[in-house]
Amino acid sequence: MTIHQSPEAFGYEAFLHTHQNKEVLRFITCGSVDDGKSTLIGRLLHDTKQIFDDQVTALQRDSRKHGTQGGEVDLALLVDGLQAEREQGITIDVAYRFFSTERRSFIVADTPGHEQYTRNMATGASTADVAVILVDARHGLTRQTRRHALLVSLLGIHRVVLAINKMDLVGWSQDKFEAILSGFQAFAAPLNFSEVRAIPLSAKNGDNVVLPGTAATWYEGGPLLRYLEEVPVKSEERAAAFRLPVQWVNRPNSDFRGFSGLIASGSVAPGDAVTVAPSGKTSTVARIFTADGDLERASEGQSVTLVLADEIDASRGAVIATSDAPLTLTDSLDVRLFWAAETELAPGASLWAKVGTQTVNAVVKAVHRRIDPETGQAGPAGTLAVNDIGDVTLTLDRQIAVDAYVENRDTGSLILIDRETTDTAALGLVQKVVASAKASAPAPAAPDAAPQEAARSGGLLAGIKRLFGG
Amino acid sequence: MSAVAAPARTRLTHLQRLEAESIHIFRETVAETENPVMLYSIGKDSSVLLHLALKAFAPGRLPFPLMHIDTTWKFQEMIAFRDRRVQELGLELIVHTNQDGLAKGIGPVSHGSEVHTDVMKTQALRQALDKYKFDAAFGGARRDEEASRAKERIVSLRNAQHRWDPKRQRAEPWHLYNFKKRRGENFRVFPLSNWTELDIWLYIEQEKIPIVPLYFAAERPVVERDGQLIMVDDERLPLEPGESPQLRQVRFRTLGCYPLTGAVESPATTLPEIIGETLAARTSERQGRVIDKDGAGAMERKKQEGYF
Repeated sequence: MTIHQSPEAFGYEAFLHTHQNKEVLRFITCGSVDDGKSTLIGRLLHDTKQIFDDQVTALQRDSRKHGTQGGEVDLALLVDGLQAEREQGITIDVAYRFFSTERRSFIVADTPGHEQYTRNMATGASTADVAVILVDARHGLTRQTRRHALLVSLLGIHRVVLAINKMDLVGWSQDKFEAILSGFQAFAAPLNFSEVRAIPLSAKNGDNVVLPGTAATWYEGGPLLRYLEEVPVKSEERAAAFRLPVQWVNRPNSDFRGFSGLIASGSVAPGDAVTVAPSGKTSTVARIFTADGDLERASEGQSVTLVLADEIDASRGAVIATSDAPLTLTDSLDVRLFWAAETELAPGASLWAKVGTQTVNAVVKAVHRRIDPETGQAGPAGTLAVNDIGDVTLTLDRQIAVDAYVENRDTGSLILIDRETTDTAALGLVQKVVASAKASAPAPAAPDAAPQEAARSGGLLAGIKRLFGG
Repeated sequence: MSAVAAPARTRLTHLQRLEAESIHIFRETVAETENPVMLYSIGKDSSVLLHLALKAFAPGRLPFPLMHIDTTWKFQEMIAFRDRRVQELGLELIVHTNQDGLAKGIGPVSHGSEVHTDVMKTQALRQALDKYKFDAAFGGARRDEEASRAKERIVSLRNAQHRWDPKRQRAEPWHLYNFKKRRGENFRVFPLSNWTELDIWLYIEQEKIPIVPLYFAAERPVVERDGQLIMVDDERLPLEPGESPQLRQVRFRTLGCYPLTGAVESPATTLPEIIGETLAARTSERQGRVIDKDGAGAMERKKQEGYF
């Protein structure tokens, strides 16, 4: 069992070691209003002992007032935080929940099924490793299920749990379970999921959530929590090129000049050749500075300050990449947008685009198509309305360094900001990246990088020769 | 396209990822705002917040001042700790007290927690933000603390009256924070959003971060009020007839104004013992806070009014 034990049971040192060295898994839960999503999260928190006595007391009081379980303790009230939500019995905004076991810490993005679901679900999915999609066993797959599956797939989540809830209300029927699963697999075939794990459960009773259930004798898999503890986190599965969007140039005195940022992908070590976009200047990494001392290697997810061997000019908005895999420079972006503003988006609209640490002016050159949120099929469109998903081309007022979203979630994503309201109007995924003509003409890429690259690969023939030791 | 042979990746722990995320938030805010400030409440979360800020800008100095909203009812040990840390680290500290409230004699004992918190904390904070024209204020609030905070953004927009509108919150996908605002609007920024109470304690232990001694159990003079153990920190706490402070082995899970902060009986005098108690605890840390009980939805309402 992986529930917290009292530290006395195995000594403080071992206890601290375990908790200070565990990993984190981020996941998103998706479901419609009545699928029991809040109850499922409440159950995860409750059965992993994250709920305290005073919260249970408050819960009992609130259950009498707002509960939907006929006076029984309603675990959903643990997570429906805002007063308006309690009164209406719905979830209206993304909420983040936290629980932990001895193996992992978990950050749960709890997203609503209805209102502003596109924006909220895309936000929750943007940093998630895994998606848990809830289905009510009585109703089977719904339009919402299809929408949610499509959305998490678009946002680049590859592992999905199909949590088939309320199994107690269908007598733990294996036939029902299998039918829902095969229906989902048929629908999800084109969605690029590497894993779909179906789990029959009852969030209300707790079967197969944290503790194994005994009712479904035919089910041989483990409970949801065991899967969440064992599934690989996304970053472990990715071998991407090194990217550091520069946030801040740290220059406390004339002896130190470092480029601070969060490593978006890949890893770097002193001595590595790097290219800074958009200037195309090259240098090598001299030091990886952190407040805890220099590092011999730093990788995705670490906040560091790079000191380069040469005095090259780079400021906030630049992206440092290893020279063997530089970014593409472009001032024209094909982007898939999740449009979240109440106003319509039409060609000619002018917005700010924030890409990594750079903010540029963007004009919508064309709106190409709208994606059907249930089938994933593209249809022609001239404008986008709130909650629409669609493909557009943006013209930027300067060249920026980007990757495609499928290559890199952090350097291939953006937000669009409304100039008037200053609200975040859209989330965007960079589609195929093509270097703009201007970028290749003056060849801003490092003059010495290209020959290096050629020498390294040496063409197909050279490669074969190397392979055979000739 | 850009797949390269990846060298063995270091597997980051949960605490390392939280630290990196917080540092990123500090740097984004400083890069994108004109005049940021860190609200320093002297508690354990503020200690962690300060530690992360120092890391974010090392080897440089902290590029913003600290500000403490002093209600004049904080524990004496808190003020001593604050002044010592500021001196040791060579920090710039602004202390602001609502002088109107002080002149009117507003206090937790005479006016109750709701009025005291509104005047001496919420109004005081708004006065100070207006006075110094800060456009971003870092705070140590965490999403796990209270249900309405679970929906708070990391970068939270406030209108010119410092009000929080839960319906006008911005999406925060990936690591992209929108710092554009209209004139007069400002931001509250919460770098510890994704930390839990346990994470805070584990990190304090791992990094050996100094905290106010009140967090550790010691014999302290307390009286029992409405089921809460209140420490008699100075002569301003009126005693009932026949009531006299008793020495009990207590510690505090959160720190605030002393008449509003309940102690818990505990033998925990070391960090591992505190962490052990935190995990085994059967009551949440905010239980020791009188202000959270000012009615259902109390925190949500206070937030809308501009309380941190």
